[in-house]
Amino acid sequence: MTPLQACLLVSAFLFAIGFAGAVTRRHAILVLIGIELMLNAANLNFIAFWRFGPHPEALAGIMFVLFSMALAGAEAAVGLALVIAIYRHKKTSNLDEVKDLKG
Amino acid sequence: MGNMFTALDQIFVNVLHWLVSFVPEPWHPFASALLCISFILMVFPAFFSIITIFERKGIGRIQNRYGPNRVGIPFTKIRLCGFGQFVPDGLKMLTKEDIVPRAADKLVHFLAPVVMLIPVLLAYAVLPFGRKMTMTDYDAGLLFFFAIGGAVELAVFMAGWSSRNKYSLLGAMRAIAQMISYEIPLILSAVTVVMVVGSLKLVDIIAAQNHYAYGIAQWNVFTPWGLLGFMLFFIASLAESNRTPFDLPEAESEIIAGYFTEYSGFKFALFFLGEYLGMFAISGLGITLFLGGWTSPVSFLTWIPSYIWFFTKLITIIFVFIWIRATLPRMRMDQLMNFAWKFMLPLALINILVAGIWHFMAVDWQRWIVCSFLVVFSYVILGRGLMRGQKLGKRNYRYAE
Amino acid sequence: MSPALIITAIVTILAAATVMSLRNLVHCALAMAITFSGIAAIYLQLSAEFVGFAEILVYVGAIAILIVFAILLTRSGESPEKSVLTSGWGAGIVVSVLVFTALGWAVLNSAGLPKAATAAPETTVKNIGEALMGKFILPLEIVGLVLTAAMIGAVIIALKEDPKTDNSGRKS
Repeated sequence: MTPLQACLLVSAFLFAIGFAGAVTRRHAILVLIGIELMLNAANLNFIAFWRFGPHPEALAGIMFVLFSMALAGAEAAVGLALVIAIYRHKKTSNLDEVKDLKG
Repeated sequence: MGNMFTALDQIFVNVLHWLVSFVPEPWHPFASALLCISFILMVFPAFFSIITIFERKGIGRIQNRYGPNRVGIPFTKIRLCGFGQFVPDGLKMLTKEDIVPRAADKLVHFLAPVVMLIPVLLAYAVLPFGRKMTMTDYDAGLLFFFAIGGAVELAVFMAGWSSRNKYSLLGAMRAIAQMISYEIPLILSAVTVVMVVGSLKLVDIIAAQNHYAYGIAQWNVFTPWGLLGFMLFFIASLAESNRTPFDLPEAESEIIAGYFTEYSGFKFALFFLGEYLGMFAISGLGITLFLGGWTSPVSFLTWIPSYIWFFTKLITIIFVFIWIRATLPRMRMDQLMNFAWKFMLPLALINILVAGIWHFMAVDWQRWIVCSFLVVFSYVILGRGLMRGQKLGKRNYRYAE
Repeated sequence: MSPALIITAIVTILAAATVMSLRNLVHCALAMAITFSGIAAIYLQLSAEFVGFAEILVYVGAIAILIVFAILLTRSGESPEKSVLTSGWGAGIVVSVLVFTALGWAVLNSAGLPKAATAAPETTVKNIGEALMGKFILPLEIVGLVLTAAMIGAVIIALKEDPKTDNSGRKS
């Protein structure tokens, strides 16, 4: 197994764990944490391909990760603000109990 | 003559190389790192113990009392002006019973002091203590310093939450709110230096200040933006290290001791150590960024070894910390937040603009006029905005009949 | 493959698994901080220093604290008595195992991956800064705009409502 494959496997595992958490846990904040883990798995892929790819001097991988980190920060801020707002209205942050729009 | 001073200046570096040469070749980096780590682990805790005595004596003097002046060498009459006090203090702290609340989250309660101390010690890895005396010279050293500082907030939260005590939690929440608010002016004031020097490497930042004009050093603090930046950095570092007037997280008259209410014995000692080492590290960073690091202020004193300059500056800054602690009362929470967001943050943003103007104007007296005017003008306007609506005058005291 | 990389990878994976299996949310958030530190350590070993430090600054220093604040503000610091899993958790586990199997199979059997280990690329902070200010200036500006919008939006969403208006926004 080459180092690139090892990094990709770690990233695949992180993605799967994040996905499992996002779809199986009830709490809204844990769903957000799962999404952050999935984003990080993608970032790890970018860095691994940048490091072992043919053109590291182009810095595309690094740039992608930096921008994705900024967006992850924005996403976390808005997501947690939503969780707090929902908690204020419904006094719960369990996703199973927040289903007013369910048909 | 000159050779002797150079040798004295590089004595620690040479001793390190000499010691490392005893181990076989492939182990050189490992041995060198181990020696550097043990150097930091010996020097800074020792410095901490001396500074605690300085602080107690200094505050005592300012408050018109003596402070510790008894403990010297045991079984003799030598008292050392009380400078032996740290030994019984430390022994008392280490032999106390370690109490963990029954409701506490045991693991997190145990880990919090450790998580507090590790990032603080890691921060010393990038600080230059003297000429060629930097452990790891990262290309992004400044970023490393600030990134590592973020973990301290997590440790504070762990301590406050795991104690299951309302005062602990209140203290931790106050501490985190304060640290996050003041981290922004702290980083923004450091950004000006990065802009003008053009590097995040701390060694390069010092090299850029190591010039002399008319015999006086060209430190960043001797420019309009540098002075403002240093002031902002200093105030923000007071807040980051939870010192008076920003010691709300451990305001003993309101919330007992804040997030370390439920800590005793060795764990409390670790928190205490972590707090002081954090203070030294951030002062050291301020020295590096604005006060020229290990360089001498005047050109005819450059023969004094570089590490002596660094520690002299460090002691001076710590003395100002102690002086402020003995002089100013504690702020209120709303004053603290208003000051950070309505005064320091806009001023730090304007300072970035001023640093840009300074960088691109011709090296001439005109840029001094323009930049000084901008700094003073924005300071006055923002200060007036902050004080608006507050009546400052003689206070009316009401006494019980 | 260096032993350091293996150790950090194992720590990261274990911490990530812990995040999703603990019941207490604060413990989850702390384990998440460990995961992010592990990922930052992997970045450092892939000679991406700047990104590694930025990862610690953004994720451990900011997002973990934000999440911890949200946990305390929604009073979910205690372990819940009821189940922490959603009603359809079995299907979720199956799908994620399938995802991991598919990705792992693709990684291990792909012929297009570069095989030979290359020398570590020389990137300095200066290069990154110049690229950000030159080739990638437009994305940088857009990210700035997005961050401003997100900040304003988060503040407005989390703002305490006027107690005189009820949930539907009418004045009562």
